[in-house]
Order: sequence, then C-alpha cells, then structure tokens
Amino acid sequence: MSILLLFSAGFIVEKIILISVLFAITLGVAAYSTYGERKFAAFFQDRLGPDRAGPWGILQPLADGVKMFTKEDFRPNEAERWLYILAPGAFMFVACMTSAVIPWGTQLTVFGTPVDLQVADLNIGILYILGLSSLGVYGIMIGGWSSNNKFSLYGAIRASSQMISYELAMGLSVIAVVMMTGTLSLREMAAQQTGFNWNVWYQPLGFLIFFICSLAECNRAPFDMAECETELIGGYHTEYSSMKLGFFLFAEYINMFISSAVTATVFFGGYNFPGLDPNWLGGFMGPIVLFAKVFFFIFVFMWIRWTIPRFRYDQLMHLGWKSLIPLAIFNMLLTGAGVLYFGK
Amino acid sequence: MQSLTNRSRNVVNKKMNFWERIYLVAILKGMWTTLKHFVRVMFGKSHTVRYPEVKRPFAPVWRGWHVLKRDEKGAERCTACGLCAVACPAEAITMTAAEREKGEEHLYREEKYAAVYEINMLRCIFCGLCEEACPKEAIFLTDRIVPSDYARQGFVFGKDLLVEGVEPEKRIDVSVRQKHIQEKKWAAETAH
Repeated sequence: MSILLLFSAGFIVEKIILISVLFAITLGVAAYSTYGERKFAAFFQDRLGPDRAGPWGILQPLADGVKMFTKEDFRPNEAERWLYILAPGAFMFVACMTSAVIPWGTQLTVFGTPVDLQVADLNIGILYILGLSSLGVYGIMIGGWSSNNKFSLYGAIRASSQMISYELAMGLSVIAVVMMTGTLSLREMAAQQTGFNWNVWYQPLGFLIFFICSLAECNRAPFDMAECETELIGGYHTEYSSMKLGFFLFAEYINMFISSAVTATVFFGGYNFPGLDPNWLGGFMGPIVLFAKVFFFIFVFMWIRWTIPRFRYDQLMHLGWKSLIPLAIFNMLLTGAGVLYFGK
Repeated sequence: MQSLTNRSRNVVNKKMNFWERIYLVAILKGMWTTLKHFVRVMFGKSHTVRYPEVKRPFAPVWRGWHVLKRDEKGAERCTACGLCAVACPAEAITMTAAEREKGEEHLYREEKYAAVYEINMLRCIFCGLCEEACPKEAIFLTDRIVPSDYARQGFVFGKDLLVEGVEPEKRIDVSVRQKHIQEKKWAAETAH
C-alpha cells in the first residue's frame, strides 16, 4: 500500500512538472510565434519588421503583452455577458489541452528514474486531438454569437462551417495513416517511424490533405474565413479588446504550434531523424529533433500565409467537400488495398 | 488596329486545365517567389530605411523648418523689415521690431532688429516666398522636419526655435538651398 502511494505521489509530481514545463514552452512558443509571424511577414515583403524593442526586436512579444493588458477591456452593452467572457477562455483552454498526448521524446533520465516525455499516453491519442480540435469551434462560435454583432456572427458561422467541413477530410486522411500503422496512439506512431521510415513516404497524398485541413482548422490564411479583415472587420473577435482579444489571437498561435507538432509526429517521424538517436544527450535529442520539425512547419504555415490570398467562401466549401473529401476517401481505399497487398 | 504600345495582351477566358485547377503548382510558384524575397532580406537587402538613425538626403527643393541666419561674426542678419511677412501668403509670420542699443553690435548686424519673430507652423504652407523676399539673406527653409506636438501653441515657433546658434557647430548649413534660390532668381531675371 505504502509503495503504491509513494509511486503515485512521484508519478503525480512528475506529471505536474512535465505539464508545467510543457505549458510554459507552449506559451513561450506561441508568444514568439507572434514575433516570428511579424518578422517573417516583413521579410517576405522586403521589410525589416519589429526591431525596436531589444536587439532585433526580440522583446516585442513582451511589449505586445503589456499593451494587451493595459488596453481598455471594452464590453458591448448588448453582448451576452457571461458567454462573452467565457468564449476566449474556452478557446484558450481547448488549445492548451491538445499538447497532452504528443510524445515530445522517448525518455529522459532524471536522478536515475526514467521519465516519459509525454503527459498522457492515451491509446486513442489521435482521436483525442481530433475531438479537442472540434471543441475549438465552440470558443469561436460562442464568441461570435455573444458579441451580438452581425460581423462577428458571420465570422463565427463561417469559421464553424469551415472547421466542421475540413475536420471530415482531416479525419479521413488520418484514418489512412491509422490503417497503415495499426494504432491510434501517437506514441506508438512515433516509435514506428524510426530513422527515415516516415509515414509521409507512404502517405504523401494523406499528408497533403492533412496539411491543408490543418491550415483550415487553425483558421490560417488562405483559409482565414473567420477573421477576414477586409469583409468582416475582424470576424468573430470584432467586438473583443484587451486581453480577451489577446487570448483569441494567442490561442490561434497555440493551435498552430500544436498542429505543427501533430503533423510532425504523425507524418514526419516525430522525434526520429536518421543518424540522430532520440536517446542521446540523456534523452534530450528527441525533443530537439521534434522541435526543429515543429519550427519548420510553423515557418511553412507563415510562409503560406504571406504568399497566398484568401479563398472565397464558396471556393473554400468547394475545395473541402468536392475535392478534399473524395481525395481522402480515394487515399483511404488506396491505403486499404496497399495494406491488403503488402500485408504491412 | 495597330496598338500604341506593344504591352497589350489578349484576354482569353479559357477553362483551367487539371494542374491549374488543383492550384498546387501555382501555389508552389508563389511560395518560391516569396522565398526569394525572404532570403534577400535575410542577407540584408531590405528597402527599409531605419529612420531616426539613417536619414535620406533631402532634395535641394525641400522646404522645411525655417532658420534665421546669423552673419559670420554671430550677429543676427534679420532687420525686421517685414518683407517676409508681407510676402507670406498664409500670413504665418509676425514680428515686432526694436532698435539696437549701444553695446549690442555683436548681437544684431544693423540698427534695427526683430525683438519678437514668430512663425505659426500650422499656418505656414512652406512655399518659400519668405526666403525669396528677404533682402538680407536672413531667413531660409532648411531640410529639418517640423516636429509634432500635442497643443496648437507648440507650433508657434519663436526666435528660440528659429535663430541658429552662435557656435560654429550649431550653425545650420543652407549653402545648397542658397545656391538653389540664387539659380532660381537668375533664371527669372534672364527670362525677362
């Protein structure tokens, strides 16, 4: 009994530390994604970007945070009060939850005890992520509806229909990977892709569909229907100001970070890289490799955003329902045939 | 019909083929273009001028913040004749003349001087007629930008902001502007 208690106490402390570190890293990466976004946007447009706060503008996220906190927290009179307050929190909460199932590395050895670099090894990890990303719609929907503003409502409706449509194609493209790997656990998926044996070589079409859908899920350009500055002012967060707006924007960057991590884990071998054993440096090699991949994908996200103009709403729906879903089903059939034939 | 330039293109509303319809090729092409820009800026070839540290040179025709010049001994050249105020189409210039006392010869070049000289920078249209009107080469428009302010009163520039310093390093170089005005005057004379 006492051994069990000791074990569980150590287990809880380990997980709490892991969660705190992960939370801090997630927030840090999200904060610096805003900086990176502005910097990269500038570079893509032959500008220099923020360079006044600290060397190369490195303190810009801090200045932005101070600005967000000190702005007037305005609430429209006609807004649905509690839902209006709840929405940014809900969006942020869902965004932060997703990182729990991502295996950041194999194992760390701290004071002689092995520590799994994953908060929770759910055997349905990928389902958990898909489920939570669909919960993310609620934050946008509640925020857009409770603002009592027609532009916000338009943004929210667009965002939710977009996210629901693209979740289908995303799920179908993931199913193909699941059929191939035979597991829903992200940990096992990452462990199977040793060396250069990445899923993307077997599932190039699946990856393409997944990546396009994850752009849409994150409400990033070219699918930023939810915001649409030109038509809808700011979309679902038109009426938000101060740190409530900050939460929405921040959560979008967290979503981007997480979906980059999921893409890297599911299709690009997670913490594996040929020639680099994830157990090197006391287990730190895995997270380093994974983070390199994650940063690369974040860069690609930004690269795409600053290259491609926004789709029209009907084009978006057309692409989602008439192109991506049939393609994903085709890919699924192809994978099924391949699994039957090669017996993998 | 013959076209005036050879830049015109016939617009063809043809159906997109498969590769065009899936957008991917066009997207990759676009990303290649933006990447080239990205790399160029990464290697320091941006068009941005970091303004307060780096200032682009102004053209000689640029007309900004006025200066009241001193002569080589440091005495103010302005004699408060009022020609600039008369020439000013915006009526931005006001002045009060005063007589030079004994012992002030090092301060004012001639017997009369401007005790108060004010230019309202909100009224001023920076046309440069004052410097053309000035018979003493006392007022010039320089390449300095009039700074912003919170109150209207802050834009009424008195002598403290207009007269240049006595020390050589506080003198304001107007030779380019001076030459430009001279050339303009000569051109006007030869045209007659």
